[in-house]
Amino acid sequence: MSIFKHHAKLETNVFFLAVGILLSVIVGGLVEVVPLFTIESTIEKVDGVRPYSPLEQKGRDIYVREGCYLCHSQMVRPFKDEVERYGHYSLAAESKYDHPFQWGSKRTGPDLARVGGKYTNDWHVRHLINPRDVVPESVMPGYPHLKRELDYSTIDADMKALRVVGVPYTDEQIANAKKDLVEQATSDDASAAVAGRYPKARMGSADANPKVTELDAMVAYLQVLGTMVDFTTVKPEKIAR
Amino acid sequence: MASMEKDSVSGQYTTGHEWDGIRELNTPLPKWWVYVFWATVIWSIAYWVAMPAWPTINDYSRGVLGYASRNELESDIKAQKQARSKFEAKIAAISVDDVVKDKDLRNFAMTGGKVLFNDNCAPCHGTGGVGAPGAYPNLADDEWIWGGELADLKQTISFGVRNTNENSRQSEMPKFGADGLLTAEQINQVADYVVALSSKGSTAGLPGEAIFAEQCVVCHQDGGVGSKDVGSPALNNNIWLFKGSKEQVKQVVINQVTNPQHGSMPAWSERLDETSIKMLTVYVHSLGGGK
Ligand code: HEC
Ligand code: HEC
Ligand code: HEC
Repeated sequence: MSIFKHHAKLETNVFFLAVGILLSVIVGGLVEVVPLFTIESTIEKVDGVRPYSPLEQKGRDIYVREGCYLCHSQMVRPFKDEVERYGHYSLAAESKYDHPFQWGSKRTGPDLARVGGKYTNDWHVRHLINPRDVVPESVMPGYPHLKRELDYSTIDADMKALRVVGVPYTDEQIANAKKDLVEQATSDDASAAVAGRYPKARMGSADANPKVTELDAMVAYLQVLGTMVDFTTVKPEKIAR
Repeated sequence: MASMEKDSVSGQYTTGHEWDGIRELNTPLPKWWVYVFWATVIWSIAYWVAMPAWPTINDYSRGVLGYASRNELESDIKAQKQARSKFEAKIAAISVDDVVKDKDLRNFAMTGGKVLFNDNCAPCHGTGGVGAPGAYPNLADDEWIWGGELADLKQTISFGVRNTNENSRQSEMPKFGADGLLTAEQINQVADYVVALSSKGSTAGLPGEAIFAEQCVVCHQDGGVGSKDVGSPALNNNIWLFKGSKEQVKQVVINQVTNPQHGSMPAWSERLDETSIKMLTVYVHSLGGGK
């Protein structure tokens, strides 16, 4: 154990001590961070996951702005009870276009990772305006201010920024962002161009207001959560990871 | 560097370190602590070998035990299916009518159905199915829009109402007011008639009667008894789908005839398996109004 005797040299010399600290921090950092850039096994290869449509993306921004993540997680963990209640456990692939992801860690309310399609637009609107109108025992706050008109003036710039961090929006999608956003929020036509660019997008106005409101955006976002991957055909256990 | 030497006061060895003449006694850690420390080190090495631990450039070390939480889940679910199969396999194999007849199966279905109801249905239909006035129908009374027989309930729950599922129940009441099929005066008259009908009052001589016969009877039937084939609710009782707690009945009728609202419910076969839907059917049927 004679090398331990020399640690006094390290401890009593500021330069050596700093180099020693730096080296150990670098090793820790490399081991944690480097594999994430190259690891192939974290994100499953599944079909169906697409970037959010402009309207959904705005809804997601409002979700973050209002702090919904403080009470709701978006992560069905691979546990029996959770899978039984919420549906298939979440895949890493399902949040690969989320910046940042909304997995969360606090569940005052239920997990929302698979809430898409569970309720109708009408229910979401009533519930967001005043949860106690539909769920008398709810402790969720009301969000009646979401009735206001949606400001989507920066949506194309937002999408460009997301593209920089890896969301594969095409030039066509960015060029049509505003048009697509309005179309999704106002048209019930399932063959509209926006539905072609973003399969499974929930079409139509959520509230009674013909203008594009924050409610429209929020509900479009909630309705797509967890619906992109078709688990009747995708079997993640069978996918090589 | 000074060498280790005995401290004359305490009789203990020093560490040999000296700073400005101050020296430190060497008080070793207790033995038990050192053993525990080395035990955790050995444990961690064993853990790295046994369990998934180290990231590699494009994979990770799987560990000799081959543990994965997703595999564990799979076997957990299998074990649970096994445990419940005594009941679930039977429920899956027979019709809902037969499930209700078998006491044990019925009890099992009621318990499971209640849990499923609270998770999926109560947000709209309320705890115990009491409904939300003005929005979602009460399932605990014996008034049914789409029918209260087991088969009707199963159909409604599986495919829902006015959604995008191809088997969904569909129907639409015409926009009599908004599309100019009836004048405001006629709507007022027919509303008076429906109010009288619903409160079991006298309808004799009301001008709305003729309008009702001409425009509404196709769907709401003679005497306003309703039809479960087109989901047109009975109008000859005081149960209202679209009446909030503060609204007047007449206003509700006028609104509905002018620009109708339509309820919509998701198709639960898209989310839940057949056995769950059977259990829900048994539970809803038991709430009070099953026919
Ligand atoms: C104070 C905590 C809290 C906050 C903040 C909150 N919620 Fe909730 N949420 C709840 C609770 C509790 C429930 C369960 C009762 C109910 O349905 O209202 C719930 C239920 C829900 C549900 C129904 C989930 C299901 O499967 O039944 C949705 C959707 C939802 N919240 C969306 C939101 C959105 C969107 C926001 C942000 C605008 C939000 N919540 C903010 C507590 C919260
Ligand atoms: C998003 C809200 C919502 C949810 C969630 C929901 N329902 Fe419904 N349900 C409705 C509406 C609205 C109607 C009335 C449809 C109409 O107007 O004809 C309805 C009608 C029904 C009917 C027919 C009632 C009748 O009088 O014929 C049954 C049965 C029913 N629901 C059962 C269920 C069950 C079981 C669940 C849970 C698996 C469920 N519902 C979940 C909204 C909902
Ligand atoms: C094509 C069929 C059809 C015709 C014709 C029709 N209705 Fe309806 N009506 C419906 C349906 C379907 C509903 C239920 C909507 C729902 O469940 O969401 C309904 C609902 C109603 C309600 C609301 C009941 C409640 O419980 O809140 C009233 C009131 C009503 N109709 C009155 C009339 C009157 C008055 C006329 C004639 C002027 C008429 N309807 C003609 C199909 C029809």
